[in-house]
Amino acid sequence: MSSDLSTSVSLRNRLVLILIGGAAILALLLFFAIRNYATQVAQQGQDNIISASVTSILDAAAIRDGIVEVDFPYASFSMLSTAFDDQIFYAIYQDDIFLSGYERLAIARVAARETDFKTVDYLGSQVRVVTASRTLIGKDKRTQVRVALAQTQDALSGTLTQISRNAAVFGASFFALATLLSFWATSNTIGQLNRLTNSVTRRGPQDLSPFHKPVPSEMLPLVTSLNSLMSRLDHSLKQSEDFIAEAAHRVRTPLATVRSYAEATLQRVDKEENRQAMRSMVRAIDESSRAAGQLLDHAMITFRADHLELQDVDLSALVHDLVERLKPIAEMKDLTLRLHSDTQVPYKGDAILLQNAVRNLLDNALKYSPSEGVIDIQVTAKPNIEIRVYDSGKGFPKDELDTLATRFKRGLNAEGTIGSGLGLTIAMDVAVAHKGMLRLSNKAEGGACASLLL
Amino acid sequence: MRIIVTLVIWMLPQLVLAQAWEDRRVFENESAEQTLRIISSTDTALFAPIIEDFLSKNTGVSVEYLVNGTAKIDQIFRADPDKFDLLISSAMDLQLKTANDGLALRLSDVAHPSWAQWRQSLFAFTSEPAAIVVNKAAFADHQLPRSRQELIEVLRARPDVFRGRVGTYDVRQSGLGYLFATQDARASETFWRLMEVMGALDIRLYCCSGDMIDDLSDGTIAVAYNVLGSYASVRVENEDQIEVILPSDFPTTMMRTALVSNDAPHPKAATEFVQHLIRLQSDHPKGVFLLPSLKTQDSDVDRATIPLEPALMTFLDNLKRRRFIEEWENAVIQK
Ligand SMILES: Nc1ncnc2c1ncn2[C@@H]1O[C@H](COP(=O)(O)OP(=O)(O)OP(=O)(O)O)[C@@H](O)[C@H]1O
Ligand SMILES: [Mg+2]
Repeated sequence: MSSDLSTSVSLRNRLVLILIGGAAILALLLFFAIRNYATQVAQQGQDNIISASVTSILDAAAIRDGIVEVDFPYASFSMLSTAFDDQIFYAIYQDDIFLSGYERLAIARVAARETDFKTVDYLGSQVRVVTASRTLIGKDKRTQVRVALAQTQDALSGTLTQISRNAAVFGASFFALATLLSFWATSNTIGQLNRLTNSVTRRGPQDLSPFHKPVPSEMLPLVTSLNSLMSRLDHSLKQSEDFIAEAAHRVRTPLATVRSYAEATLQRVDKEENRQAMRSMVRAIDESSRAAGQLLDHAMITFRADHLELQDVDLSALVHDLVERLKPIAEMKDLTLRLHSDTQVPYKGDAILLQNAVRNLLDNALKYSPSEGVIDIQVTAKPNIEIRVYDSGKGFPKDELDTLATRFKRGLNAEGTIGSGLGLTIAMDVAVAHKGMLRLSNKAEGGACASLLL
Repeated sequence: MRIIVTLVIWMLPQLVLAQAWEDRRVFENESAEQTLRIISSTDTALFAPIIEDFLSKNTGVSVEYLVNGTAKIDQIFRADPDKFDLLISSAMDLQLKTANDGLALRLSDVAHPSWAQWRQSLFAFTSEPAAIVVNKAAFADHQLPRSRQELIEVLRARPDVFRGRVGTYDVRQSGLGYLFATQDARASETFWRLMEVMGALDIRLYCCSGDMIDDLSDGTIAVAYNVLGSYASVRVENEDQIEVILPSDFPTTMMRTALVSNDAPHPKAATEFVQHLIRLQSDHPKGVFLLPSLKTQDSDVDRATIPLEPALMTFLDNLKRRRFIEEWENAVIQK
């Protein structure tokens, strides 16, 4: 069934994809956010230390005897020591005159009390330069001392690599966790659907009762419409069965009336061609009546098969009753009915259906075997529970053996006998309803053999 | 000594640099394909066994060992960094600045504790304390000073004995002398008082440790301040004459360092030499490694080792140096 339906993307895959995709995006965002933040913090840290060093150098600047001296403390550079042994470069300017340090270090013009931060290239490596200035007031003039201090960024990038690594681990584990969670959430959600599917599949083919088990609120509409669909289906099925039964019943009664009139008329008509016509009429009526009867039975069987009522039945007794009831008809045709039965064959099944099936088999045997024949009926419990009817007639037409049990199918040998082609269908439906089967065969010495294997 | 220098210059006039080396020695390997040029402040006598050991293990290399004072070799090296493979010096500050200025090659495959190397380009391989070295003759029946403070007292007690017979580095000429002086000045005011006392006693100033130790051993001077004790013991033939005193107040300890030039003609062999040096200092085979090995800086005393950090460049600053020299001259050279 499912193969006929075209499927769009699986709900599970879609859910998993959305959740995992979301987690991946979040993890990446997280990673970059952490890294970005860490970069800022680390850069801030380096800036602070360099600024402190610059301040300590500027603090040491003084004018002595009209000459600018910058007797900065050992700690100025000492505080710049890093685990990665970063290089430091500096330059001290008085106004625009180079005083000391690295002459080629670019120095920003900064106003007093201003600090300039820059990342530049110096001697082939990236350095962070902090420039600040201080105004010194001498006896007769003011002078500005500017200090630029640069440090390479090995420690910074080392820290960043480490933080990046940690952030990556953090992001990855977040992603892994989210993925696990999304798989769990998805399978949990889909599980609800699967449970419903299972309970639909597990149902018998004719079980159209509504679902009562609790379902998640999101699935309530689906289950409700499923229930209503099934109740409508159930309703219309019952209606059509009722309709067939009703129709058959309604046809049968007037047919019986018509037949009795025709029969009466036949007695009174003398002319041979009229009698012939009347006989055909009676025959047609019989045919119709039989068909109506079989249709009614068939409808009944279809209905009961849906709601099989299993009860303890003794098959031996059941068949015995039937044989007894049919004996008068058999005697009329000079046929002998022989019942071979174990004393008791207990079985759990629907007695009415089983009766109907066996009656149809017996009916066929009576109908299709020639007079003075013998019909054997066997009821066995071992090795299988089996009811077998075989006669001494010509047997089933060989070519049609496989199709005789289909609806309205009559054999070539059935010409001239009244029948509707539903007898074997009924027998088979009953067998199938009891999880058994109907087997048709011909005996070697001739004669049809129909057996109900239950 | 002079004769050797003259000889070297005379014999090798084609030498690229017509430098006046204190010493120059070529250690030949017969199958050598390259000659490693090492410029160093360490006496050849102390380094020869190390180089010979290296040559025996690296037969493809010859070594040209060039010696001069710390300040000199710094100038020479900076002028032509592409003419030398290795720079070995006891002036840690100058060495660190050279490395800081990007002139030293980063050797990623040399394993060394972080406190004994800087930027993977400057490698320390000895721990040598600055000592007070005295000629015992001058202290025949007097207590030997154990600290700077005691030295001050000793000098003040017998000025007649010590006048003109105390010596130290001329910090204007010697890089190592400048390093020791600045580190001393940083550690304690006692240094300045000592300098003033020594200055008042007509201090003799030396450019190089060699001359100072020579004068000490022949009795020209009785006290030498801030000399490398280990160095003195090796140089002086008769060790009984002198006494090496590590000041108990704060022994300033220097680490001798080596770096490979960024433009070294033979960087691979130079790197191997550094590795060799580091291996020798930790194995310390007798008769080969004559210098004292690195001391781990765990104990309190060894904390006095000058750390390898950029702060070493502080006193190399022009303004700082000018001021320090001025102060030093005021203390030492009293008119
Ligand atoms: N015992 C038998 N011997 C020979 N042929 C048989 C026998 N039983 C059934 N058949 C063949 O199988 C066909 C189908 O039988 P089935 O019972 O379904 O229909 P029917 O007997 O023709 O009609 P009805 O519905 O009235 O029973 C028959 O038409 C007949 O040709
Ligand atoms: Mg029949």
